[in-house]
Amino acid sequence: MTTGTPTAPLIEMREIRKAYPGVLALDDVSLDFYPGEVHALLGENGAGKSTMIKILTGALRRDAGAVLLAGKPTDFASTAAAQAMGISPVYQEVNLIPAMSVLKNLTLEKAPTRWGMVSWRGARAMAEAKLARLGLTLDIDKPVGSYSLAIQQLVAIARALDDTTRMLVLDEPTASLDASEVAALFDILRDLRARGIAIVFITHFLNQVYEISDRITVLRNGQRVGTGLVGEISRQDLITMMIGRELSEVEAVARVRDTAGGAPVMTAGGVGRKRTLAPFDLTLRAGEAVGLAGLLGSGRTELAKLLFGAIRRDSGTLTLGGTDIRATSPRHSLAHGVAFCPEDRKTEGLVGELTIRENIVLSMQAKQGWLRRVRYRDQLRIADDMIRALGIATPDGEKQVSQLSGGNQQKVVLARALASSPKVLILDEPTRGIDVGAHADILTLIRKLCDRGLALLVASSELDEIVATSDRVAVLRDRAMIGELVGAGITRDTIIGMIAGDDGG
Amino acid sequence: MMVADVLRPRGAGLPRLRDTRAVWPVLALIAILVFDWVMVPNFFQIRVVEGRLFGNVIDILYRATPTALVSLGMALVIGTKGIDLSVGSTIAIVGAVISWRIHAGDPHIVILFEALAVAVVCGIWNGSLVAGLGIQPIIATLILMVSGRGIGLLINLLYGGTDPSFDSPLLQGLSTGHLWLIPTRLVVGAVLFVALWLVIRRTALGLFIEAVGGNAAAADLAGVNARRIIFVAYVLCGLLAGCAGVILTADTHTSDPVSVAMYIELDAILAVVIGGASLGGGRIYLGLTVIGALVIQALTTSILISGLRPEYNLIVKSVVVMIVLLLQSRNVRHHVTMLFQGRRR
Repeated sequence: MTTGTPTAPLIEMREIRKAYPGVLALDDVSLDFYPGEVHALLGENGAGKSTMIKILTGALRRDAGAVLLAGKPTDFASTAAAQAMGISPVYQEVNLIPAMSVLKNLTLEKAPTRWGMVSWRGARAMAEAKLARLGLTLDIDKPVGSYSLAIQQLVAIARALDDTTRMLVLDEPTASLDASEVAALFDILRDLRARGIAIVFITHFLNQVYEISDRITVLRNGQRVGTGLVGEISRQDLITMMIGRELSEVEAVARVRDTAGGAPVMTAGGVGRKRTLAPFDLTLRAGEAVGLAGLLGSGRTELAKLLFGAIRRDSGTLTLGGTDIRATSPRHSLAHGVAFCPEDRKTEGLVGELTIRENIVLSMQAKQGWLRRVRYRDQLRIADDMIRALGIATPDGEKQVSQLSGGNQQKVVLARALASSPKVLILDEPTRGIDVGAHADILTLIRKLCDRGLALLVASSELDEIVATSDRVAVLRDRAMIGELVGAGITRDTIIGMIAGDDGG
Repeated sequence: MMVADVLRPRGAGLPRLRDTRAVWPVLALIAILVFDWVMVPNFFQIRVVEGRLFGNVIDILYRATPTALVSLGMALVIGTKGIDLSVGSTIAIVGAVISWRIHAGDPHIVILFEALAVAVVCGIWNGSLVAGLGIQPIIATLILMVSGRGIGLLINLLYGGTDPSFDSPLLQGLSTGHLWLIPTRLVVGAVLFVALWLVIRRTALGLFIEAVGGNAAAADLAGVNARRIIFVAYVLCGLLAGCAGVILTADTHTSDPVSVAMYIELDAILAVVIGGASLGGGRIYLGLTVIGALVIQALTTSILISGLRPEYNLIVKSVVVMIVLLLQSRNVRHHVTMLFQGRRR
């Protein structure tokens, strides 16, 4: 995949330093980006990847160091200045305007004008051209929000690209894409690379790193751990560089499997909702982790939300510890000892304005009712306990939760669910968009929780994660549950087989 | 810059103080009072006349009380990411009800509760529209804002009286009377503030309102009944507007639905914003909201005593308010600081 030894780097970043209050985000990091090369930037959350690319794209000012563009020192005062030099970023969280049409989203920044007015005919042509560059055909008059997250991601990339693009910076572009969409994106990236564009690719999917990258750089704690061509770094080495501990540790954690499930805690009989998910039966037992596998859009999230009552079921019965649950709302579920961690922590998980402490106690407080306030002293204790137990990287619980990195935010969502002392815990994509270290932490935690007798349901798009953590796997396809796998039957291949429909399920 | 400096935990010290939201509204209030003191050297003088306290400072507190009460209710509603434009109309209806029931001959203590009950009904109406039907707050409360003063006039017609004025020792005692040396309404205001603070901060209601205002979907999934919380905020806002309505109506001895508490909703919103809250919801600052109401009243008072022609009143007021709001903006402060640092270098 390598393109030979490129002659001169397009961008050289020299001894970049950036400090935030209390954190040294980048400590004299140097990096080179070559034209016609995909450069993967790896590292745990808080390693400095996002800070590095924000400085690269002009979104942040560096404290010290130099940036050289084609050998000349440059100083991007803003993202607009960087984009004028052909550096186009696509940020981690899709920042499109959902209520606006695809057309307007694509042409908002540089709308073609005619006599000072927006020329909609020109804008239309420009939008079509941008989509054609990625081989996409969409109804450009429909609001962006009506498309799936995956399509939105592609629209964001389409927006960033134009004829003058010399460098494309992609921050976790594949986090919400399924396999075929990733393949389509990679085809596009290969094409761009062949045209001599430098591509910076931040991800935590190691498979994808090996599939698309030419060069890899690993950051850890604001320092560069290493850079090398993709052929020179083995997967084992890479993970070791990233997390600074052996992978076997993570695997050992995941491999201990105690198949003897306890008493049934939650039983769903024929639970479903029209046009959302076909009726299904599922039993969750104490001390057992059930995985939910299926492709994007197969109904994983819907199943999780139906069980939690966040989506109202229109058929079936739900029993919890032997009692029938009639009412369906998150509030009632929590009162009965069911907790839920949603997939999208930004829109459904956290209240960004509130502190870590307030976010953590929110559910237990909701469970107790508004009159019986959890005493401040207890709030502090609970928050501190959770911060320590889950390894949330923060000086204390009084930090605004929106200031945390993705992995730490995910831990706060988890902490909130745990603080409500649930008997059943439903996790929807607990490791989405987080780094290897936090990933391992959370998998370890899942095992620990099971050992303590909690009933777990884990919906995940990562098969390896499901294989590693589950005692039982429920497989979904096309908004219906098509079967279960147990114990030794749980492997990558059997799950893929079921999803593909080989064994009829 | 040393690593040690960078890693020093963010804590005490000037930078922390500068970032604290409390500083700016308090500073603004102090600055206005200092200005007054320069203009009128005996500004802070407080005398005892006819068994009660008199003086400019008392006057500011006295006049600010109704606005402060309305602002506190507004702070709750804004905390849920909402807004209540109907508080002035609620006050008009409360005034009309008081006048009507007095002419009907109810005992005055009963009338007090009738007035507050009507205000609660106004709050329930708003809360039902916003939380129940999901109408956008600005539209939902606009309905009562527009119709409320008309309802007040209709009530005035009810008892067929052409003269809605009245006498009520009890209600006027609450409004313009004094308890020992202190004006009663200050005592009433203080008691209501403490009660509200206890309800908001000693129960979990405050946290729930802030959670719902910050992210309603997340709060719902975390088990908070977002709609009920929003409803309660509007009801409390109505109740507090009702308290202000009793004070204002008793002050004028009459029901005047057309002009009573005109534009009080705007002053209240302003007080909340000066207090550091965002209209985007998610935070409630009760104490700072009161400071905000005092800033507004202190400004009006100082313009009056400064001898400036009253025509300038509104413009000076808006300029000062704008400065306070700009100072609160971290962005603006940052740019101003950069400007000065650049010059020094």
